[in-house]
Amino acid sequence: MSTIRVLVGTRKGAFILTSDGARERWRVDGPHFAGWEMYHLKGSPVDPDRIYASQSTGWHGQMMQRSDDGGRTWAPVGNTFAYEGEAGTHQWYDGTPHPWEFKRVWHVEPALDDPDTVYAGVEDAALFRTTDGGKTWKELPGLRTHGTGSQWQPGAGGLGLHTILIDPTDPKRMYVAISAAGAFRTEDGGTTWTPINRGLRSEYIPDPTAEVGHCVHRIALHPARPGVLFMQKHWDVMRSDDAGNSWREVSGNLPSDFGFPIDVHAHEPETIYVVPIKSDSEHFPPEGKLRVYRSRSGGDEWEALTEGLPQQDCYVNILRDAMAVDLLDPCGVYFGTTGGQVYMSPDGGDRWRPIVRDLPAVLSVEVQTLRA
Amino acid sequence: MSDERAIRVRMPHHLRTISGVEGEVIVRVEAGAGGAVTQRSILDALEAAHPALVGTIRDQASGRRRPFIRFFACRRDLSHDAPDAPVPEEVARGDEPFLVVGAIAGG
Repeated sequence: MSTIRVLVGTRKGAFILTSDGARERWRVDGPHFAGWEMYHLKGSPVDPDRIYASQSTGWHGQMMQRSDDGGRTWAPVGNTFAYEGEAGTHQWYDGTPHPWEFKRVWHVEPALDDPDTVYAGVEDAALFRTTDGGKTWKELPGLRTHGTGSQWQPGAGGLGLHTILIDPTDPKRMYVAISAAGAFRTEDGGTTWTPINRGLRSEYIPDPTAEVGHCVHRIALHPARPGVLFMQKHWDVMRSDDAGNSWREVSGNLPSDFGFPIDVHAHEPETIYVVPIKSDSEHFPPEGKLRVYRSRSGGDEWEALTEGLPQQDCYVNILRDAMAVDLLDPCGVYFGTTGGQVYMSPDGGDRWRPIVRDLPAVLSVEVQTLRA
Repeated sequence: MSDERAIRVRMPHHLRTISGVEGEVIVRVEAGAGGAVTQRSILDALEAAHPALVGTIRDQASGRRRPFIRFFACRRDLSHDAPDAPVPEEVARGDEPFLVVGAIAGG
């Protein structure tokens, strides 16, 4: 029998939700790190009991935590994130140069083949890596210094590197996304990087089709087809069939193509999920109806999934790292809201129910499928 | 000749939690000329005794006090004193604690 473990990062602590494979009865453990902002927690695919967590507060800055027993106990690991060399400047909100300053870790991405190797996406945007289980972190400076860094600018939430995707067929190929710079690809394990934003159009930058400056909110891929990428941008849902070399819009009949998360069904590479949000200035669902939209055709044609979700007076947001899928069949889909609910669907999105309703604002959701 | 002082430090909730201490902490600080003890020497000793605190009181890159942290002692705000200025004699003698305080904002 499988066990499902959901790692939930919130504005005021972390929670671990567990169930057997039926996904009907859930145990809620937490808060871990009560009172701290938990931007993200993620387990190693090699050793699922090895979990890394990003912990911060405005008072005390950044801590990193590691568990070796599935989240029962934790120990702090290294929290030094020093940029390599002269950090230089990026653009500030008003377009003036602003020095690069480390603020926090937004996302941790354990390597696919080694529990001691983890990538960390940070604000101000850069990619770090540990190869010693989190004791020390070293920047992969080729991303920040490849040439366009001085043109990057913070999105409303800061200049964060929030998405790290590793190609399971070629771990030297990785994709990252930065708000508001765009998407980038490496073919050599992070030494050199290329902007991959051709086809994106953003009216909020001086040149709407510029090489960088796009506020990419999230990218997702299916492990069986790692050259096909799906993107939720500040506005527009996009798709690439050539590893990011070019993108085309697949927003289709969505009621709004603004949103934050995007994810792919575990067993159907053309089935994708988004949660439309009304606009960049009104971060809540259109018409007060919380609807996940599913496309079974890789975009363009979307259906609203509403059963079990509030269809009136709902004004929560779903943040970019707050959606995930499990690996069971049928595939479970999970997302957390800024209102503190974690919803799950045990049947690919047809029906939804809350696992918990009253957590602090949810920042991130990751799902582990543990085989007995 | 060694002039080691036992300095009393009080920390806010989150820092006590991550360093695994309850109540006050006593740190051993080598006094400088004339028996002076400084913010820097106290914080260096505190971090040496509790490495998980590195970066949580002072920014790792700049070494400066984090913006939402303040230092009080003897009913005075020492936050804007130079890191190498002597702390009050009552703190150096161990009569009064050195307070690391989270500002009202910040959480």
